[in-house]
Amino acid sequence: MKKRLYPLILLAVLAGFPLVVEDNYYQHLMILFLMWVVIGSAWNMIAGYTGQVSFGDAAFFGSGAYAAGLLAHHLHVSAWWGMAIGGLAALAVGFPFGWICFRLRGAYFALATLALNEVLRHGTTIAESFTRGMLGIMIMPTFVSKVPYYYIALGMAVVSVLSVRLLIRSKPGYYFVSIREDQDAAESLGIDTHFYKMLSLAFAAFWTGMAGSLYMNYMGFIDPHVVFSLHDISIMAILVGIVGGVGTVYGPTVGAFIMVAVQEMFRSGFFGLFKFLAETTGSESVRALADVLTKGHVLGFGLLVVLVILVLPNGIVGDWDKIKKKVFRIHSPA
Amino acid sequence: MAYFKVESLVKYFGGLAAVNGVSFEVAKGEIFGLIGPNGSGKTTTFNMISGYHRPTSGRVIFKGREIHHLKTYKICKLGIGRTFQVVKPLGRMSVLDNVIAAAFSRVNTMAEARELAQKSIEFCGLSHVRDVLAKSLPIAGRKRLEITRAMATQPELLLLDETAAGLNPTELIEAIDLIKKIRDNGTTIVIIEHIMHVIMTISDRIHAINFGQTIAEGTPVEVARNQAVIEAYLGTDYA
Ligand SMILES: Nc1ncnc2c1ncn2[C@@H]1O[C@H](COP(=O)(O)OP(=O)(O)OP(=O)(O)O)[C@@H](O)[C@H]1O
Ligand SMILES: [Mg+2]
Repeated sequence: MKKRLYPLILLAVLAGFPLVVEDNYYQHLMILFLMWVVIGSAWNMIAGYTGQVSFGDAAFFGSGAYAAGLLAHHLHVSAWWGMAIGGLAALAVGFPFGWICFRLRGAYFALATLALNEVLRHGTTIAESFTRGMLGIMIMPTFVSKVPYYYIALGMAVVSVLSVRLLIRSKPGYYFVSIREDQDAAESLGIDTHFYKMLSLAFAAFWTGMAGSLYMNYMGFIDPHVVFSLHDISIMAILVGIVGGVGTVYGPTVGAFIMVAVQEMFRSGFFGLFKFLAETTGSESVRALADVLTKGHVLGFGLLVVLVILVLPNGIVGDWDKIKKKVFRIHSPA
Repeated sequence: MAYFKVESLVKYFGGLAAVNGVSFEVAKGEIFGLIGPNGSGKTTTFNMISGYHRPTSGRVIFKGREIHHLKTYKICKLGIGRTFQVVKPLGRMSVLDNVIAAAFSRVNTMAEARELAQKSIEFCGLSHVRDVLAKSLPIAGRKRLEITRAMATQPELLLLDETAAGLNPTELIEAIDLIKKIRDNGTTIVIIEHIMHVIMTISDRIHAINFGQTIAEGTPVEVARNQAVIEAYLGTDYA
């Protein structure tokens, strides 16, 4: 029974957060965290529950971001309209892609998503007259304060997690997991596997696109390398999913929190620790090390994933009982 | 009109004719045995009936309707269930969840699916392992899960592919009882089986194939005495 309360307590804490913590920096990190909850939940649906691993989530993220950005840039309407079409734009990309590529199984599908990611990144770079290419798209943010963005992100995160929860406990959810476990068996049980893979992909594309258009509105600037980034978006989405726990409702929430923290740790050189050390010691080697660590966040990510897979193959939420026993020495009644 | 029939089924894999002109008819309510030595094309025949393979030529007709061009899931919806010789449990789902997934082929709400699944589990005698992960079942349990899952799709015609292989004598008796119970409940059965005394005791009629071609058909007694069947199983030296 207590377990049921955790999500509600978490929600209450998140709802109150910007009222208590007014620091811009932490509000910014929390907005990123909430955005990653949305993306992670979306990835988890197609990859975690349905077993169709996507290496190219940025394709959907970037489509949503560019849909919002291009609308604002060309038609001079508020980029908030883009929020409405961001998810739909990602759907429009995902639909024909899935239709064709779901004939591929396993690793081939994953590779196809990777290709889609790269095609869109190069495409937006080259189509300068329409997308401004590498110059990127800049729009005026609607709000100066971060608080409105925070609550929009929170709303999206809550709705996306709730919709995962709802779906997974109904017919489509059972069908997604059946497809993951054995596609041939699923077909023999009357499951139209192609249709349900499309449905799962549609869910994932839609929410990832929504997150993309939120990003456009919030950050005010996008270019192809930012929103179609392989390591900052596509790989990050996989990490959020794996670290938290593949195929669990709250895994992506935990994964998003940890990964945004880790990412920020590397980006900021462990919150300025190395910069501080370099300055106080004046040592060249410490400075060099700080540099490597800051720039090498992809390497850090990689090591983290290897560690998680070795120690907690089912992620933090998936292996929670194991963690409780080992770390807290709490034994749940058998 | 035959309840179910296959007509001159042929399946080539590259240059190999796995099935080469098999025809048979199954009457409503009977247990129809399909036998033949290893690699004679039995499973391939099932795969064509259930839509995993398109026949190179020939037809599959169920209640007067051609079904060999239909997708697998549609054939299930039409009322033809199957089990797999190489079992395919949905490993990281519980036994109950495996069967619920199957039950969703007939109902849409969670409550209905759960009820249908429970019935199927009780009927097939898997209640004691209901909440166990499918992958942790021993082989007898997995074979039975195959049947339970297929039954939850409420088939009119059930294709059983070697569901008795690998069972011990006690389990074998239970399996035979279950198959009879399923038939008595109104489901027509086509069964592939290597264990001779199983297929001989439960089948109403038997169809024997070798190298993808029909060699005999008749009652168990007729087929057991058939010269071609004896040769196929024991080799010409023994005939
Ligand atoms: N997908 C496939 N691709 C190529 N060849 C296949 C395929 N499936 C079956 N075969 C071949 O077709 C022939 C018939 O195989 P099938 O599985 O139908 O035999 P079977 O009668 O079920 O045998 P067993 O009693 O061993 O199960 C075999 O030679 C087999 O190797
Ligand atoms: Mg076989």
